[in-house]
Amino acid sequence: MGRMAPQPARWVVGRVHLRQAQREEIAFYLFILPWIAGFLVFWAGPMLASIAISFTQWDILTPPSWTGVSNFQKLATDPLFYHSLKVTTIWVLGAVPLHQLVSLALALLLNQRVPGRSLFRTLFYMPAAVSGVAVALLWLWLLDPYLGLLNFVLEFFGLPGPKWFTSETWALPGLIVMSLWSVGVPMVLYLAGLQGVPEELYESAAIDGAGELRKFLYITIPMLSPVILFNLVWGVIGSFQVFTQVYVMTQGGPNRATLFYVLYLYRNAFEYFEMGYASALAWGLFLIVIALTILQFKLSDRWVHYQGG
Amino acid sequence: MDVAAGSNSGLPLATPRRRALGLARALKVVRVVTIYFLLVLVAFLMTMPFVWMLSTSLKEAGDVFSYPPTLIPQPIRPSNYVEALTKLPFHLFYRNTAIVAAAAVTGQILSSSLAGFAFARLRARGQNVLFILVLSTLMVPEPVIMIPTFLIFRHLGWLDTLLPLIVPYYLGGSAFYTFMFRQFFRGIPLELTDAAKIDGCGLFGLYRRILMPLSLPAIASAAIFSFFARWNDFLHPLIYLKSKENFTVALGLRLFQAGGQTGQGVAQGRVVEWQLLMAASVVAMLPCLLIFFFLQRYFVRGIVTTGLKG
Repeated sequence: MGRMAPQPARWVVGRVHLRQAQREEIAFYLFILPWIAGFLVFWAGPMLASIAISFTQWDILTPPSWTGVSNFQKLATDPLFYHSLKVTTIWVLGAVPLHQLVSLALALLLNQRVPGRSLFRTLFYMPAAVSGVAVALLWLWLLDPYLGLLNFVLEFFGLPGPKWFTSETWALPGLIVMSLWSVGVPMVLYLAGLQGVPEELYESAAIDGAGELRKFLYITIPMLSPVILFNLVWGVIGSFQVFTQVYVMTQGGPNRATLFYVLYLYRNAFEYFEMGYASALAWGLFLIVIALTILQFKLSDRWVHYQGG
Repeated sequence: MDVAAGSNSGLPLATPRRRALGLARALKVVRVVTIYFLLVLVAFLMTMPFVWMLSTSLKEAGDVFSYPPTLIPQPIRPSNYVEALTKLPFHLFYRNTAIVAAAAVTGQILSSSLAGFAFARLRARGQNVLFILVLSTLMVPEPVIMIPTFLIFRHLGWLDTLLPLIVPYYLGGSAFYTFMFRQFFRGIPLELTDAAKIDGCGLFGLYRRILMPLSLPAIASAAIFSFFARWNDFLHPLIYLKSKENFTVALGLRLFQAGGQTGQGVAQGRVVEWQLLMAASVVAMLPCLLIFFFLQRYFVRGIVTTGLKG
C-alpha cells in the first residue's frame, strides 16, 4: 500500500514491470481484505453453517443434537411451510408484474416533454425515500377499515370499502396497494432507460409510418428489455423477503392470510427457538430464489435485446 | 412528395391543409392537457399519504375519529409532537439510530470504495472469480444467513449492543455499493490516474487523493442509499436489541404501536392514539425526507449507475 519505490533506471523495463505486477496483485488483495473478511464471516461461513445447523435440533440454550434429515422431513409435511410458500408466491406473482406495469407507466408519463416535469419527478420519487415501520404504520392508518382515508374515498364514489388488514381476503391486496406507493426505484430505472433510447429510432419508424403503439411495442420495449430483466430479477429477490410490513401490520394474520415465508422463518428461529428447522427453511428460501434467478436469466435469451450485443 | 405537389397546385388546396394543421394543433393541446391531468393525479396520490400523516399528527383525539374526515385539523395541536416524543425515550431512540446510521454508512463507504477501487483499477489473479462472488452475494436473501450471523454476535457477547448493526458494514456490507464504486471508478479517465502514478503517487494515495475526491457524487449516492437502509432497518434491530434504551427509532415506533410500555401482545391494527403515532412517524421519516429533498439528484444518479451500466 505504500509508495512505489523510485524506479532505478529506465532501461530495466522488463524487471520493473514484473515487480509492479506483483505489487499490484498484493495491493489488490490488501484493498479487498475487509470485503474478503466480511465475505468469509458474514456470507460464506453462515451459509455453510446454516447447512450444518439444518441437520440438528437446537434451541440455542442447550447444545445442538444431530438429527439428520428430520428437519427436511418435517419441511416436506409441514402445512405451514406450504401455506407460507403459497402466500409468498401469490404475492410475488401479483406484486412483481404489477410493479413493473405501474413503474413503467409512470416513467413513460414522466418522460413526456412538458414544462415542470422535474417537479413531478420529485413528487413521484418521494415515497421511495421512506420505508420500514413508519411507512407500515402510515398505511395501517390509511387502510383502516372504519376511519381510513382510502375507504372514505371509496365510499365517496359509492364503492364498498374492504376490511383490508382485518379481512383474510383483503389483507394481501392491501399490502399490494401499499407497495405500489413505493415503486420509485424501478420507475427511476425505466425513466433512465427511456431517456437512453436513441431518438433516431423513433424518427426512422415515424418515416416508415409507425404509430405510437407500434413504436412502443417494437422500439421502446425491446430497448428497455435489459432494464425490465434487471427489475424483474430484483423484484423477485426482494419480494421473497417481505418481512417488516407483515410483522408490523398484520402479524401474519388475520388467520395466517399474510404468513409470509420470512415471517414464518423468523418465528421459528427467534420465537419458537427452532434454529435447526429455521435453517432448513432458510436453505429452502435460498434454493427457490437462486432457481428463479437462474430461470429468469435463461429465459431472458429469448426476449432481452442487448444493444450491439 | 405530397407536400411538394400541394405547394405546386396553388391556393385552393391551402384551406384543407390549414384545417388539418388546426386539427393537429388541437390534438396536441388535448395530449398536453391529458399528460398534465395524469401527472397531477399521480402526484396527488403520491403526496396524499404524507399530507394525511401530517394532518392526523396535528389533530385532537376527537378530531381523528370525526366522520367525514377533515383535512385541516380543528384546532391545530402541535403539542401532539411533544406528547409523542416524551411518552417513550424517543431522544434515546433517535440518538441510537443516528449513531448506527453514521457509523454504518461510514463503514459501508470505506470498505466498498476500497474493494471497488481494487476491482476497477488493479489486476490480480483470481480477480474475476472474486468479482462474481461479490455479485452473487446480492442474490442471497438476508434471512438465509440471519441465524448463523446472530449466533456469531451472540458468541461475541454483542447482543443488545449497537455493534451488530455497525461492524458488518466495515467488512463489505452490501455488495451493491462495491459494484457502484467499481462502476464509478471505471468511468474516471485513466490519464488522470496515470499522471498521478508518474508523479510517484502510491496506490493508496491514488485511491485517497485522486479517485475519492473525484468520486464525491458516487460517495453521496452511496451515503444516501445506505443511510436510508440503516435508518429504516427493522429486522436487524429486532433481532439484536433487547432493552428499550438501546432501541432504534424503528423499534421505538413499534413499541408505540403496542401501546407504550410493555411491547407485548400487540392486537393487530388496534391503535388508539393515531395522532400521536403519526406525529412519531413524521419525526421518524423526517431525516430521510430532508436528505431526499436536498440531495435528490445523487439519489437518482445512484440508482441509475448501478442499475443500467452493468
